[in-house]
Amino acid sequence: MNLNALWEYANPKKFISTTDRVLPWVSVLSVTALAAGLIWGFFFTPEDYRQGSTVKIIYIHVPSALMAINAWLMMLVTSLIWIVRRHHVSALAARAAAPVGMVMTVIALLTGAIWGQPMWGTWWAWDPRLTSFLILFLFYLGYIALWEAIENDDTAADLTSILCLVGSVFALLSRYAVNFWNQGLHQGASMSLDKEEHVADVFYYPLLVSIAGFVLLFIALVLLRTRTEIRARRMRALLARERMG
Amino acid sequence: MPDLGKYAETVLSAYAVSIALLIVLVTVSLWRAKRVKKQLEDVEMKAKRNG
Repeated sequence: MNLNALWEYANPKKFISTTDRVLPWVSVLSVTALAAGLIWGFFFTPEDYRQGSTVKIIYIHVPSALMAINAWLMMLVTSLIWIVRRHHVSALAARAAAPVGMVMTVIALLTGAIWGQPMWGTWWAWDPRLTSFLILFLFYLGYIALWEAIENDDTAADLTSILCLVGSVFALLSRYAVNFWNQGLHQGASMSLDKEEHVADVFYYPLLVSIAGFVLLFIALVLLRTRTEIRARRMRALLARERMG
Repeated sequence: MPDLGKYAETVLSAYAVSIALLIVLVTVSLWRAKRVKKQLEDVEMKAKRNG
């Protein structure tokens, strides 16, 4: 595969024409996988011997937490592409992904609190993973606010890219906090390449389907929102040209 | 409906909040996509008319 061909998609017209074809398929796949994972997990899995039926929250909590971190890492990659190669589509893709990542972070925080209350006896604790997730949420808010606050698109892309680089530390901390600090309420990772470490198969397979659904939903939403950002940018350029006469 | 026992409220509220947030996210994204597309078409048409 010629990697240079990938840069063709940095052309806004090419991006929109390609996503015209791809987006419906990704959308249908995401809804199917999400429905299958959640229905399988909610209706057809047993209770956990310790956590009872609350284990069913895993099918939302783990995928949303994974996407909260991965969305920021995707923003990091596209921000770096903007900084190095100045492709507008990559900066706009980062902008488009931020609200999706923020909602995933909110879902992870809320479902974590709801799950934590009966299991830990508290909605919240200043545990390393919970705290780094809260900081990640604040970074998402700051990132979105910075895009909105700056009128010049290129300046906004530059500054938000730098913010994204800084926030990446917290995205990685959110992922590895339980490994860095062996303390706090949050248990270790539910997903692992080591079969001994991850949750039992009866919970693991529906969880994988649910994760696939969340990943596909994220891709569909980012493609849709990037198209919107490309169009909004073109509109701002046309209006500016019109104002200048 | 599975028997969720004493944690029924916990599990159902987690699902309800999450699904509601996802629906809002998808709806807002679709609504804005439609609105911006229409606005751009109007601006492009106006620009064409003005040469």
